[in-house]
Amino acid sequence: MVSSPPLPPAIPLDAGFVHWGFVNLSVPNIIVIVAMLVVFVLALVVPFPQDRP
Amino acid sequence: MSAAEEQAGENRSWSSAVVRWVSGLVPRGQWLPDRQPGYVASWIYVFGVSALASLVLVIASGLVLTVGGVTWWHTSSLGHFVNSLHLWSVEFFFATMVIHLWGKFVMASWRGGRGLTWLTGAFSFFVSIGTAFTGYLIQTNFDSQWISTQAKDGLNSTGVGSQFNVMDFGQMVLYHVALLPLGVLVMVGLHVVLVRRRGVVPPFGAEPPAEAGVEAVSGSSEGGVK
Repeated sequence: MVSSPPLPPAIPLDAGFVHWGFVNLSVPNIIVIVAMLVVFVLALVVPFPQDRP
Repeated sequence: MSAAEEQAGENRSWSSAVVRWVSGLVPRGQWLPDRQPGYVASWIYVFGVSALASLVLVIASGLVLTVGGVTWWHTSSLGHFVNSLHLWSVEFFFATMVIHLWGKFVMASWRGGRGLTWLTGAFSFFVSIGTAFTGYLIQTNFDSQWISTQAKDGLNSTGVGSQFNVMDFGQMVLYHVALLPLGVLVMVGLHVVLVRRRGVVPPFGAEPPAEAGVEAVSGSSEGGVK
């Protein structure tokens, strides 16, 4: 009899959710969105390295 | 046949016509330029090419996944690694593409005859969303079962569910690995060619006189010649 390999541990799916009216966002998604906004603002304000003549 | 006749014959051939057409798509020296205008020296201009780099990784990891199959990641640590690489490259692809979209939106990048560039970018985004959603459907786990039934109800409520079946696993695999990626590549390819053709959009107030004149007539921008 061929035994099947062990299954990987189940991924926890109990992420918290934030409810605001009809808006329903998981905490991981909020973290990603906030991180994108932070990167966007940093891209606008952080000086770009340039070669000195 | 003389050299002049040979030259004339070559110019009349369909292959010469294709070469002339492809060469004329983008101004000479602009396919892979090594210099850019000074205003491009900003981090906000790196997200388009970051999305392109992520797309290369998405396609490469996806091709490796096709070797092992859609259930490979359930039984192999290597398959799990490649599957995760595919997931995270998609995450980076969308994150950088959306930041690219934000940046181009606030600088009104459709200025200066770049409407079609904006449109192909928008279509790239929409087709990419469809491609990513079909990826959710072929995870071969309870998550994909849940998503497919929810998507089925949503799509059927609009009537478009008569054209395809998100619960048809075989159909969704082919959509995800062939049909929709082809759409993404065509749209992204057109977008890149148009960016090279028109150049990177200048900031407000830095438009060349020709572009500023066009905008003054169309009234599409407050920018002018400075």
